[in-house]
Amino acid sequence: MEYCPLVKNILLLDSEGGRIAVKYYSDDWPTNNAKEAFEKSIFTKTHKINARTEAEITMLDSNVVLYKFVQDLHFFVTGGDSENELILSTVLQGFFDAVGILLRGNLNKREALENLDLILLCLDEIIDGGIILETDANVIAGKVASHSVDSAAPLSEQTISQALATAREHFTRSLLSG
Amino acid sequence: MAQYVKKDDDLDEEAEYSPFSGIDKGAVLQEARCFNDAQIDSRRCSQVITKLLYLLNQGETFTKTEATEVFFSVTKLFQAKDTGLRRMTYLIIKELSPSSDEVIIVTSSLMKDMNSKTDVYRANAIRVLCRITDGTLLTQIERYLKQAIVDKNPVVASAALVSGIHLLQTNPEIVKRWSNEVQEAVQSRAALVQFHALALLQQIRQNDRLAVSKLVTSLTKGTVRSPLAQCLLIRYTSQVIRESSMNGQNGDRPFYDYLEGCLRHKSEMVIFEAARAITELSGVTSRELTPAITVLQLFLSSSKPVLRFAAVRTLNKVAMTHPMAVTTCNIDMESLISDQNRSIATLAITTLLKTGNESGVDRLMKQITSFMSDIADEFKIVVVDAIRSLCLKFPLKFRTLMNFLSNILREEGGFEYKKAIVDSIVTIISDIPDAKETGLLHLCEFIEDCEFTYLSTQILHFLGIEGPKTSDPSKYIRYIYNRVILENATVRASAVSTLAKFGAMVDSLKPRIFVLLRRCLYDNDDEVRDRATLYLNTIGGDGSVVETDKDVKGFLFGRLDLPLANLEASLKNYEPSEEPFDINSVPKETKAQPFAEKKSAAKKPTGLGAPPVAPTSTADSYEKLLLSIPEFSSFGKLFKSSAPVELTESETEYEVNVVKHIFDQHVVFQYNCTNTIPEQLLEDVTIVVDASEAEEFEEVATKPLKSLPYGTPGQTFVAFEKPEGVPAVGKFSNVLRFIVKEVDPSTGEAEDGVEDEYQLEEFEVVAADYMLKVGVSNFRNAWESLGPDFERVDEYGLGPRESLKEAVSAVINLLGMQPCEGTEVVAANSRSHTCLLSGVYIGNVKVAVRLSFGVDSAKEVAMKLAVRSEDATVSDAIHELVAN
Repeated sequence: MEYCPLVKNILLLDSEGGRIAVKYYSDDWPTNNAKEAFEKSIFTKTHKINARTEAEITMLDSNVVLYKFVQDLHFFVTGGDSENELILSTVLQGFFDAVGILLRGNLNKREALENLDLILLCLDEIIDGGIILETDANVIAGKVASHSVDSAAPLSEQTISQALATAREHFTRSLLSG
Repeated sequence: MAQYVKKDDDLDEEAEYSPFSGIDKGAVLQEARCFNDAQIDSRRCSQVITKLLYLLNQGETFTKTEATEVFFSVTKLFQAKDTGLRRMTYLIIKELSPSSDEVIIVTSSLMKDMNSKTDVYRANAIRVLCRITDGTLLTQIERYLKQAIVDKNPVVASAALVSGIHLLQTNPEIVKRWSNEVQEAVQSRAALVQFHALALLQQIRQNDRLAVSKLVTSLTKGTVRSPLAQCLLIRYTSQVIRESSMNGQNGDRPFYDYLEGCLRHKSEMVIFEAARAITELSGVTSRELTPAITVLQLFLSSSKPVLRFAAVRTLNKVAMTHPMAVTTCNIDMESLISDQNRSIATLAITTLLKTGNESGVDRLMKQITSFMSDIADEFKIVVVDAIRSLCLKFPLKFRTLMNFLSNILREEGGFEYKKAIVDSIVTIISDIPDAKETGLLHLCEFIEDCEFTYLSTQILHFLGIEGPKTSDPSKYIRYIYNRVILENATVRASAVSTLAKFGAMVDSLKPRIFVLLRRCLYDNDDEVRDRATLYLNTIGGDGSVVETDKDVKGFLFGRLDLPLANLEASLKNYEPSEEPFDINSVPKETKAQPFAEKKSAAKKPTGLGAPPVAPTSTADSYEKLLLSIPEFSSFGKLFKSSAPVELTESETEYEVNVVKHIFDQHVVFQYNCTNTIPEQLLEDVTIVVDASEAEEFEEVATKPLKSLPYGTPGQTFVAFEKPEGVPAVGKFSNVLRFIVKEVDPSTGEAEDGVEDEYQLEEFEVVAADYMLKVGVSNFRNAWESLGPDFERVDEYGLGPRESLKEAVSAVINLLGMQPCEGTEVVAANSRSHTCLLSGVYIGNVKVAVRLSFGVDSAKEVAMKLAVRSEDATVSDAIHELVAN
């Protein structure tokens, strides 16, 4: 496994550092306490930083951590000390954008929790046991949403921007399948 | 999930609204019974699974019974046709990780899905089944997996390949049978399938060097579609390069052109991977390095923090080995000092500190001063460490650097940070004699207002050792006595000890110290009073306690030559009786750390830019160790101890290295042995040395090692006599001889042993072993003071060399002398270089060497060697070293 790019964890935390969805692929944090301690220290270290336009990066306990925030959602991807930062950055961007598509542009904690099933499936499509499965956000979201119950929600309940997002999503999907 | 959707205006009323608020494990487990309903409600079941996954994700655990119960009801959901529900079913099965007897229940359902017409089912069923399966089941499904690897749907193929990578860890023999299919998948047109196939194929063949080399050769010529696969290929290529260079090929490095070509790839990920691979090539030349540095330099001014970080982190590493190659980036690097991302700024600073030249130090320090105020302590520590090594590299600049350190010492900061600064000042004082007085005064000022008791006591102790040796010891007394007046009891007590040391060492101060110590007799803490009383009586010299001055000094300054842990153990065993505790009964041998602990300590340095290792003095500990052995105690003063020379390859049964200790008339070889076999205990370990190729040496003593258990290093010694003061050389071959006993690792009981031998590699004592690396802060002064009387100058041709840099370091190693003023660093592409060395030759003869190198277009290196020393024969000896 030493040559294959590996992801150690992917975290989606809220604006207080609480868990929305997390997934660990490495034995570095064997217990839930260790995981929570890691989440706490990375959140404390990064929450004041403006990582809203470009993904930011830092080191923690000889791991490289990349992060990007939007509203009250904090996205993190962790890799080993010697991992190629740009590979990790692609994973973070894929996750971030895929969640954006799945939540139809409404990126906030409440929306994320209401669609937690989609977020969990999204994580499942990005990484399998630390190995990168897919990094293209449209493909990831396409795989998750192709059987989402939610896409059947009546258009009248959607705002205009949601409707646009849905339309865009349908468009990309049709491009991909075609 | 329509059920959860609320109108937007609810948000204000219920800011903390969460669909999972008030969720309860018991209630959710109750709800999970709906999985068993005859008519499955897909939407409801999906929601319950989401709730279960939410609980698991929050760290909730299910008991064995709960998990089993949920698992069994989940298996019923395979009857439902809803795709969304099926996906959630797969997810929860993976999270529940059922035991092998439970797995059987879902195997047939999953196998059915594996052969389904729906691609999503096939791909996911493969991933789930491979995750939960064991070896026996794997043989049943192997056929389907092989098919899946070459499936025309890329998602299915990737699922099978990634599962294969995981299974290779547990069932390698099965996965290895798939290599034909994997080989086919490497040629896939789907980008990610190629990536996953490449990852698996390399792992299947990783022990077959030739196969990996072939794979790399064919792929580097062909087309690799995804950037990820390209990165992987670059990593394999570096591995092949590493292994082929070990075969000692010369000429152009194989595959270098491929790596360089990748620098022009359209994906930044690949460009960076290639640049990093080039910088990590062993023995990389500056010509090879240049294109990689150029692309990294472009990254430095990127708008993306990730790119800047990746580039600066790589350049920082390059700066440790090739500082000159990175200087071209200095301007971009300087602008990064003000980078918003503090990790990037710190890496930029430390890189600049490594690459900077002597003249740039002042300017750099100005920039750092403004930067220091707005970064976190952890980054400041990295900077302080870098400044310490800079100061040791450019001793002449110690004033600027010391001022900087003392300024930041006065500012706010946490304990770790202050400790790093104090440690740095102490290191600088110990290494640069000129810096001592200013450094001590800075420390004195610091303890005037220091909130950390630990640091105050450490500094007071250090003052007690160094202060009395300075030109005007009296000026420190005020600072020390202030501690007695102002501080807490711990600091007061150490201040009393420090005062006493001044009193004992400096006669002129004795009466004044006495006055101060007498005042301490009225302190309200008993430790302070006791110490004052003790010291007054000992240095008071009224004859009652200690007779001579020497004893006083021994008592006050003498170090406890005992490992504290051993002393503690002995004291615990001591039963109070008439017989006093005998400190000589405490064992002096240190117990080695347990093996596992040692291994973890050997892990790579952590944190930002791995701080440089502080120079430590092992000479002291060697000297003590040798003097504690009666056979060697008459050899006199230890002149030099070499670095350990490995006599075995790493990871052999017994690992042995040797340290050469040089005395005036003797040499002692210290063999450090480690037994790496848990089932063996070695006893009566000796080294049989054949010195037939070292005529001037005569074996005089050996000290065998009684027992060498697994994992605990031990030492055995062999001593030789040699002509006094003569740098005798020779070659020694060695055999490890011992009695080996089988040990049951679980009980630790040993059986009877048999004698055995183990051949070790040979080593030489060379002239450089008689040269002590002693630096001088001002080479010119040292050179002038030695005078031209015993100067010897000659020119030598060194023949064609790999590079000028290589030639310079070869000569430095040959002479075993200390490079001065950073002259060991050779500028990239320079045609000539001057290197200044200093040292002390056996017999305490100071030696200074000026080396001038020149290289021509055919890489022929010529060298002019000028030696000055205090003895003509020594100057000649240095020339002989080179001439041979």
